[in-house]
Amino acid sequence: MALAGTAAAFSLIATGCSSGDGDGGGDGASAEPIASDAFDEAMTTPTKLTFWTWVPDIENEIALFEEEYPAIDVTVENVGQGLEHYQKLRSALESGEGAPDVAQIEYMYIPTFNLTGSLLDLSEYGARDLGGDYVDWVWNQVANDAGVWAIPQDTGPMGNLYRDDILQEAGLDGAPETYDEYAEAAKQVKEKTGSYISNLAANEPVQLIALLWQAGLDPFGYDGAETVSINVNSPEVKEVVQYWQDLVQADLVSTDAGWTDNWFQNIANGHYAGWLVPAWGPIFLQGTAEGTAGKWRAAPLPQWDAANPVSGNWGGSSNAVLSTTENPIAAYELARWINHEPEPTTMFATEQFLYPALKSLLEDPEYADQPVEFFGGQEVNAEFADISATVDPTFEWLPFNEFVLSAYNETVGVAWEKKGDAVAALDDWQQEIVDYATEQGFTIE
Amino acid sequence: MAVTTVSSADPPATRRSPGRAARRGHRGHPLAGFLFVVPFMVLFIAMILVPLGYAAYLSLFESKLIGGTSFVGLKNFAEALTDPAFLGGVGRMALFLVIQVPIMLGVALFLALAIDSGRTRAARSARLLAFMPYAVPGVVATLMWGYLYGPDFGPITQAFEAVGLQPPDLLGESSILGSMMNIVTWEYVGYNMIIMYAALRAIPTELYEAAAIDGASRIRIALSIKIPAIKPAIMLTVIFSVIGTFQLFNEPALLDAIAPVVITNGFTPNFYAYNVAFVNQDVNYAAAIAFLLGLVIAVMSYVVQLGSQRAERKVRR
Repeated sequence: MALAGTAAAFSLIATGCSSGDGDGGGDGASAEPIASDAFDEAMTTPTKLTFWTWVPDIENEIALFEEEYPAIDVTVENVGQGLEHYQKLRSALESGEGAPDVAQIEYMYIPTFNLTGSLLDLSEYGARDLGGDYVDWVWNQVANDAGVWAIPQDTGPMGNLYRDDILQEAGLDGAPETYDEYAEAAKQVKEKTGSYISNLAANEPVQLIALLWQAGLDPFGYDGAETVSINVNSPEVKEVVQYWQDLVQADLVSTDAGWTDNWFQNIANGHYAGWLVPAWGPIFLQGTAEGTAGKWRAAPLPQWDAANPVSGNWGGSSNAVLSTTENPIAAYELARWINHEPEPTTMFATEQFLYPALKSLLEDPEYADQPVEFFGGQEVNAEFADISATVDPTFEWLPFNEFVLSAYNETVGVAWEKKGDAVAALDDWQQEIVDYATEQGFTIE
Repeated sequence: MAVTTVSSADPPATRRSPGRAARRGHRGHPLAGFLFVVPFMVLFIAMILVPLGYAAYLSLFESKLIGGTSFVGLKNFAEALTDPAFLGGVGRMALFLVIQVPIMLGVALFLALAIDSGRTRAARSARLLAFMPYAVPGVVATLMWGYLYGPDFGPITQAFEAVGLQPPDLLGESSILGSMMNIVTWEYVGYNMIIMYAALRAIPTELYEAAAIDGASRIRIALSIKIPAIKPAIMLTVIFSVIGTFQLFNEPALLDAIAPVVITNGFTPNFYAYNVAFVNQDVNYAAAIAFLLGLVIAVMSYVVQLGSQRAERKVRR
């Protein structure tokens, strides 16, 4: 905690200097293209905002915001996480009342809510100017030519967290660098220790999608209007899935359903020797597998081409302003302030352990070079900062993401569960999505 | 339909005629009767008829993400009738009905007869014990059983492993329906038992005396007096069970978390309607499915009733 405190103080100064006359100052109005008197009026008129989010202890960042703008009163409501949150959000939007001003939205759901016109275009309020401050691929997730739809909060660049002790027992020195080596290592780990090198959860579409993302594939495309492209069964996708299927069928990678008691136990007791997981994985593990502290290490994902290391993203989310808000300026300022100002963003990174989307924070040595005992003193944040720089910036999502994920579980997920033909199941997944898109009136490219 | 057994048919019939005559005599208070019904009617209209009408209205439209809402008549219904996910769910529940309901009601009847026989020591605590699972909310029960079924660390698996046997995969594709039947049986045996037991207590004891004088054994009494006498109660539990089975929702929704791939979106018709509405965002189609499901339940309940009435007529002849 003391360490976190100094980190916060330091980066406050660091960013304060580098941003010069930017919006780091007190009134925060100078960078806004909206008339500054309109901004001042909005931020000094007593206003009530509602903010739906599942981020724990976000009240702390909100308190900082309310200190900055005493006239604004923010109510934080947690209506559930993931699907539950989106269902309630959609119900509120459809019924026309009860929707919040600002909402937590994962990157993969931005096109889904954009399609229904539910997100306010923040470029009118100056959000375009923020683009350069965030990691490029993250900014591409929230902004397109038509507008800026949310302010990034945290990210999930994919890496490989592994049990160093188990890999050493199997005679391996460090994490495999390429997928060929990974397959070899999987064999060795299974033979010598009985553990699986990792688990590809049958019910976790986003993990597999992140691996496709890493491979530079574009399974989904959306032009922002009525045209989508769907390529989840392209030869390239099949190649990646075939690789995993071979490992699964050789019983070298397990496919246990994730987030179940069983799976938590398996992580804690070394049944899985590793986990291909994003930057939010390290802190998650520290809570789940306390007994194995010091034995874990972080590495980049195995690579298809070792000369050009790349990664994908799994998770992370943003704060979007809903188009139904009656206080767009104040709502935008809330989303911007907590995710752009040094003090709250440092707090998110060091107290809630959200993996930052801001370049300044990722480059901040106080944050990045902090050794983590759970990972044997490794500077895990720096490792993931390097990985984040390699995430392919062009990945897109379909504007009906719930269906895409659910259809995966019904097709490819079933194949993983049965250790069957997941490659063939990709065709079914493709068909389901194409049928749905056609039925919903989209044009398929 | 309920009052058709030999033992109870006569008294109400004789009571009925003077009652009617009396009512005809007091024509002055039609308002009172109306007022008594008002609270019920208000709730009935607001909570049942209006939502039902709204769902019927919704089911006639189609709304697309691109292109908006349009009237399509019965298209959603036609689609549902050929939808393998919906039909599969209904079929799965029919199988569930055929296997689970007889087992559950058989056990409930046996327990009710055993407690009623007076031979069971501590009948009171036995009754309470059998009824207790019903007091556990369905959500909690499913979570609890989900833990018991756990494939690696569940107590059942561990017990099998402790004695060196291959543990069964209770959450696998072929066994999950059976595991679900077990949860539902465990939960509702006590409830059905109480209904049957209450009916048993209402049988006039003279019948037992007469049977005893005729030298009937306890088993004979159970088969020839008790079971026929509580037939309406048994039929009631059958109909409740038919309705309950087709409406299964908690069990698949919660087991979905521990066996996510095995529980498909259309595992039960109700779960399917939920997924269509909230995952596929197709409220209109979900309304049509819900309506069809209601129709299936109505038909099944009617068939069960009709069957029992026919059987009774045969007995009377």
